[in-house]
Amino acid sequence: MLDLYKHHRRECIAFIVLFALLSLYIATHPRGASTYVMTIWANQCLILALAAMAQFFVVLVRGIDLSVGAIMALSNCVASYVLVGSGIDLFYGSIAVVLTGTLCGALNGLIVVYGRIQPIIVTLATGSVFIGIALLLRPTPGGTINYDFADAMTLDIAGIPTAVIICAVLLIGFWIPLRRSGLGRAFYAIGSSEQAAFQSGISVNTVRIFAFAMGGTFAGLAGSYFSYVTATGDAGIAANFTLNSIAAVVLGGVALSGGVGSLVGALLGACILKTISSLMFFSGLPPLAQPLIEGVVLAGAIAIGSSEVLRMKNRLQVFDR
Amino acid sequence: MSNTATARFYSAEFFEAAFPYVATVLMILGASTFFPEFLSANYLLQQMQIAAFLGVIALGATIVILLGHIDLSVPWVLGGAAIISTAMAGSDNAILIALAVPAALAFGALVGVVNGIGVAWFRIPSMVWTLAVNSMLLGVAVLNTGGFNPKGEASPLMVTMASGKIAQIPMAFVIWMALALILFVFLKRGGYGRYLSSIGFNEKATYLSGVSTLRVIFSAFMIAGACSALGGVLLAGYANQAYQSMGDPYLMPTIAAVVIGGTSILGGKGTLAGTIGGVAFITLLSSILSVMQISEAWRNIIFGCIIITMLLLQTLRRKRV
Repeated sequence: MLDLYKHHRRECIAFIVLFALLSLYIATHPRGASTYVMTIWANQCLILALAAMAQFFVVLVRGIDLSVGAIMALSNCVASYVLVGSGIDLFYGSIAVVLTGTLCGALNGLIVVYGRIQPIIVTLATGSVFIGIALLLRPTPGGTINYDFADAMTLDIAGIPTAVIICAVLLIGFWIPLRRSGLGRAFYAIGSSEQAAFQSGISVNTVRIFAFAMGGTFAGLAGSYFSYVTATGDAGIAANFTLNSIAAVVLGGVALSGGVGSLVGALLGACILKTISSLMFFSGLPPLAQPLIEGVVLAGAIAIGSSEVLRMKNRLQVFDR
Repeated sequence: MSNTATARFYSAEFFEAAFPYVATVLMILGASTFFPEFLSANYLLQQMQIAAFLGVIALGATIVILLGHIDLSVPWVLGGAAIISTAMAGSDNAILIALAVPAALAFGALVGVVNGIGVAWFRIPSMVWTLAVNSMLLGVAVLNTGGFNPKGEASPLMVTMASGKIAQIPMAFVIWMALALILFVFLKRGGYGRYLSSIGFNEKATYLSGVSTLRVIFSAFMIAGACSALGGVLLAGYANQAYQSMGDPYLMPTIAAVVIGGTSILGGKGTLAGTIGGVAFITLLSSILSVMQISEAWRNIIFGCIIITMLLLQTLRRKRV
């Protein structure tokens, strides 16, 4: 048990913080822990969590993706065209939406790897392109998603929010196998030391492109889940999600220098961030003060997470972090 | 360094900085074959004025990026400075009116100190910390203005700074160039510029060789904050008011301008002259795209594609060198 804690210290701390925040949220919410309240909370969390997971894969290989929000906007606009039919159409439509994200991510990866340009700039530029395409599709917000399908994805199954079930499936069915596979290990290896990874025979270029494509896929998933929740297409959703996804992975204990952290951490970070803002909404604080408090809490959480630096005896250790 | 090596080093740096200028001239000449007005003195002088707003911000951003950090608090430092200066200039008190501009600049430097505390003391990744600072500033602004457009107006001094002219040359452009000159001298004199780049290359080695890295990082963020604040003052003088989220459209173009100017986003390498060229390129590119009445969607797409192309050309050229 202690071993488990040692290996997942970052996730454990994040989980405790989330648990405390969520308890506070349920306690202050006028309707308590009803299925309805939890479903809405889980839906909001899952959108940001998927965006944070998208950011996670790119950050893991020492990148940063400033196009997460843009890919979400693009797949959201695609969804508002293809998720209108029924039956098999919906099935292919959902795949098309997620594939849109994968393609965008793969494009980012190809430019980063073969163009040898820093990820932050590449994704800044491609983000602009993706937003442009999204605007071509939906100059003004509009379109609809099949309501029955959207409902099925955003309500609850036997009292458990569908969003929570999706999370569980992702973690157990996708993350744990991936983490143990060669590809998962290669992600961590490249993030920890690219040279060592290269010398131990990992094809660094391919794996890095895979990481970007995987990030794009999750951004596509985030975009499609956003579509289920809002049931419409809007090209203007990008800015918030990009920056929040970065804040979320950091809160979840993922190191921006690569190689450290897990998908669970990204998920927890996103939930913490979202719970803080939901908490504000029902806290009875003056509405005008809420953005400030939200900012201070975010900054405080990040600062506390880094406060171990103050305990370091040797000034030189600080530089190795 | 031997004589030829020194010469090669300086010529490489020269070509790096000259690249965006060549691209800018080619772009203007190309565009003038469709619209001859692009070559008129009036248009170019007006663009010099517009470019100055982005230009002063990008000068500060260059200094932080040379360190290997990034300042994402630009939007609300700019907005906050604009709000402070217009609020003070709009009062009846002569002293407050006179102090409007210095107070705004001091505000920018103060935010720089806060950025420095997180980045230099707590060693939080600058990308996350400055983002959190930005959201706190947003919170303060919302609390202060109640979410409405802040009251106040620009003082005559601010209007002159932004829209005045000296012998046909826009005053804003003169301020931009003067600031560039001051910073250039400051960087070259006393080794400050060398400390910046060497921290960007290897912070530990710089610290071990006796440089007070803390002081350098703090001062760099203070300069960057003051530059963003100056941008806010100029913009407020230009629009004769401050408005909500006036800084948002300046964050991404700033980074793009610095990188197109040949500064490495990883730090350690870059020039102020290159950044000025990058700003000219970005400003003219967006101006040409909007004069040609291209829809917002296509503007985004072309903007992104051109930035990627520019960076690909840079890498190709470097490989050959």
